[in-house]
Amino acid sequence: MSYITKPKVAYAGLNKNKLGLTIRNYEGGMSTLCAGCGHDSITAALIQACFELNIPPERAAKMSGIGCSSKTPAYFLNAAHGINAVHGRMPAIATGANAANRNLYYIGVSGDGDSLSIGLGPFAHSIRRNLNMLYIIENNGVYGLTKGQFSASADMGSTTPKGQLNQQPPIDPVLLALSLGGSFVARSFSGDKEQLVPLIKAGLTHKGFALLDVISPCVTFNDHQGSTKSYAYTRAHSHETIHTDFIPHADEIKVEYDEGAVVPVQLHDGSQILLRKVDPDYNPKDPGDAISYIQHHHEKGEIVTGLLYLDDNARDLHAVANTTDQPLTELSYDKLCPGAKALEDVFEAYR
Amino acid sequence: MHKTEKDRLNDFVIRLANVNGTGSATANSLLMKSIFRMGIPVVAKNFFPSNIQGLPTWYEIRISKDGYVSHTGRVDLMVAMNAQTYIQDRDDVSPGGYLLYDSSWPRGDKLARDDITLLGIPLSKMCNEAFTDARERILMKNVGYVGAVAALIEIDMNVVRGQLQKTFANKEQLMAANLRAMQLGYDYAKEHFDCPLPIRVKAMDKTDDYMMIDGNTAAALGCVYAGATFAAWYPITPSTSLMDAFARYCERYRKDSDSGENRYCIVQAEDELAAIGMVIGASWTGARAFTSTSGPGISLMTEFLGFAYYAEIPAVIFDVQRGGPSTGLPTRTQQADLLACAYASHGDTRHVLLFPANPEECFYFGAEAFDLAERLQTPVIVLSDLDIGMNEWMCPRLKWDESYQPDRGKIISTEELEKLEDFYRYEDKDGDGICYRTYPGMHPKGAYFTRGSGHNRYGGYTEDPVEYQEVLDRLLRKARTARKLVPKSVVLKRRGATSGIIAIGSSDGAVREALDRLDKPMDYLRIRGFPFGHEVQKFIDAHEQIFVVEQNRDAQLRSLLTVELDVNKRKLVSVLHYDGFPIGADHVVDGINDALKQESAA
Repeated sequence: MSYITKPKVAYAGLNKNKLGLTIRNYEGGMSTLCAGCGHDSITAALIQACFELNIPPERAAKMSGIGCSSKTPAYFLNAAHGINAVHGRMPAIATGANAANRNLYYIGVSGDGDSLSIGLGPFAHSIRRNLNMLYIIENNGVYGLTKGQFSASADMGSTTPKGQLNQQPPIDPVLLALSLGGSFVARSFSGDKEQLVPLIKAGLTHKGFALLDVISPCVTFNDHQGSTKSYAYTRAHSHETIHTDFIPHADEIKVEYDEGAVVPVQLHDGSQILLRKVDPDYNPKDPGDAISYIQHHHEKGEIVTGLLYLDDNARDLHAVANTTDQPLTELSYDKLCPGAKALEDVFEAYR
Repeated sequence: MHKTEKDRLNDFVIRLANVNGTGSATANSLLMKSIFRMGIPVVAKNFFPSNIQGLPTWYEIRISKDGYVSHTGRVDLMVAMNAQTYIQDRDDVSPGGYLLYDSSWPRGDKLARDDITLLGIPLSKMCNEAFTDARERILMKNVGYVGAVAALIEIDMNVVRGQLQKTFANKEQLMAANLRAMQLGYDYAKEHFDCPLPIRVKAMDKTDDYMMIDGNTAAALGCVYAGATFAAWYPITPSTSLMDAFARYCERYRKDSDSGENRYCIVQAEDELAAIGMVIGASWTGARAFTSTSGPGISLMTEFLGFAYYAEIPAVIFDVQRGGPSTGLPTRTQQADLLACAYASHGDTRHVLLFPANPEECFYFGAEAFDLAERLQTPVIVLSDLDIGMNEWMCPRLKWDESYQPDRGKIISTEELEKLEDFYRYEDKDGDGICYRTYPGMHPKGAYFTRGSGHNRYGGYTEDPVEYQEVLDRLLRKARTARKLVPKSVVLKRRGATSGIIAIGSSDGAVREALDRLDKPMDYLRIRGFPFGHEVQKFIDAHEQIFVVEQNRDAQLRSLLTVELDVNKRKLVSVLHYDGFPIGADHVVDGINDALKQESAA
């Protein structure tokens, strides 16, 4: 249970970030998920990414819905506020929260049931609005908390442990996001921390909706032979398109790559994403190319991973709504009340 | 019940039958405003279809020197401009009344009626001769009948011209055309009829400090004055004009003069589930946030309302009620969301409700709802209805106390957090059931996890029976605190009364008028908030019999009274109205008299 406090053991020699905090300051309660759950690896990657980005823990807001995935915000950033919305409605809560206070790092953690079935509507519309947040889908193709029903992301032909066959086509959140004008679309695998941490960092820094679909095998209900979201299947079929590195603002760029294969992308805060192309013909700036590339590999049984699309100039919700730079929550009342005199104008207008 | 004398000075009803989408609204409003500006109390009601163009629509102006505002069902002057509904409109005229129609085309005698006077004016013909533009010909007919009615009931033409000028300020050409059409109607009536008719107006001084405004606009102003910065909504009749007005006033008063940036954010959501979710998210972060909706939207919002109740997050919801159930009657009025709102959501829930009776209360309750929501850390639903929300009512000049500061409730500041050893979200430190909250981003010590799952006083997840129940019991204590904070009931006392009437919201006008007409003196209690204050129990205890007047089929207010209070059910007699039109005084008087008669017969 998440109320069990994880003992904070800070031993000498633990690295400190620029805020003087150790990685312990970014941890949360003890996980209550099954041993070996992919979700816990994602939690570890999130902790690592926030630590490395020097995010003051209280400046983050953790958002989730309902399900195994949605329990995870209790397992990281104890010093941040968190909210567990009703099932599938986390994007709505996040939209209001972000509209009211634009100065927080919004970290959404959802699952394939939460985002692709009950919450498909709000998920799609938060992409359309280009809500400034990191949105992680911990995708295991299964309803874990209700013991193993197929979710909308289960592949055709995959089976349950008892052999039941899935005969409906899956919804791929990555393809969906690309078709809805998502500004940052990425996929990774919970077992690949090397890829996951830089993608999370890039997503947190991206000004807009950063979708990160993470294949996260369910060790209890979806890690068997007939599953296409098992550890073994994902490891065998994962196809890395672009290797991503993330360089925070003001850090010296030390990574060296072959000139022709590296695409540096500067983000609005001055930080950089380095995209090392594993496939020379991949273009991460064209959503049409991205879609056909993903589909082409899917037909071959391959899951494409990496930062698949990035539009760093898309306007977010606040740009469209023309809201003040100062968060609405910080505006003093005298800036909001028109004063008694304005009611005189109303009176005259309605006489 | 009605006076039968022919001379009905400042006491009659005009009904205008039009086709929607022909521009009649402006003309009808002009007529109403002109009478209002002569100092005579009026109320306007719009009966419109759920449609944009081509269907029948009626606008009714009640002129009442006594200031009565309820729907009468009576028609003294019918302006029948819709051929499609002519027969029905003719039949609706009260005996002795008048019917004005467009006589451009001949209408056989069979269309007449012996007991009413027909006034034919060739409006189309006149306008076709005077104007060349097709659109103008249609539009000017409307102003034409305004001129004719002005002559017939003796409205001061200077006042009409003044109002017209206000409507068409800076549009000289339009102004000229309107004036011309109006004069055509006026001159024709003067020349052909015996003006003025026995039903006519005479200037009074009873409207000086009043304006004519609809409840949705007033509620939106309340939100602006309360300092609401975030709103999310999904379009739905009859609440849409509330958000439109909010956007309009924000555009005017909430733009940074230097940067041009907005000090507000309005999101049109993908559905009502998202709208309320966004409001809860914004409130959780520390903004004052609201949504406006109607019955179907409330149904969709219920899961989130339960969440906000249990997780204790403020939210303000305006439910502008329409006819239900299901899609029901989107453009008609009812008070049938009462129970759905009082206990919205599964599990044990109880929500704070406010019942404005008119636009003035929409404004003040609109603002107060935010103070209550934040003080009580819970959703507050303002239950208005279509009659209040979309019709124009006489409303006293609105006032705002410049010393007002929003009551943000129990918030621990960053400085206080710094000094605190520990912060736990759901501890009842003051014994009133209300705990202390923090906003995201304030301080590492202020962090907590908000959840709709079982939690204990520390904010931690729990399935422990004692811990879980402790929080549920505290929420009951909070409801008792709410009872003391919601607006008190309004009580009217009559000497010698042993019976009483209880009503809410827009039934007020009909009840007040009925009180003056009932043979038996009765006291009256208008409830303005839920959970019910102690005065409601006291009122019921103090009377032998209580008539509960409400606009729904299932006696929802009566149910709520019997569930929440200690009441002998048989003492509460229902007077119900639920045909979609606003309740009238006749209905209340007849309902009560019938009940009394049955009683004496038994």
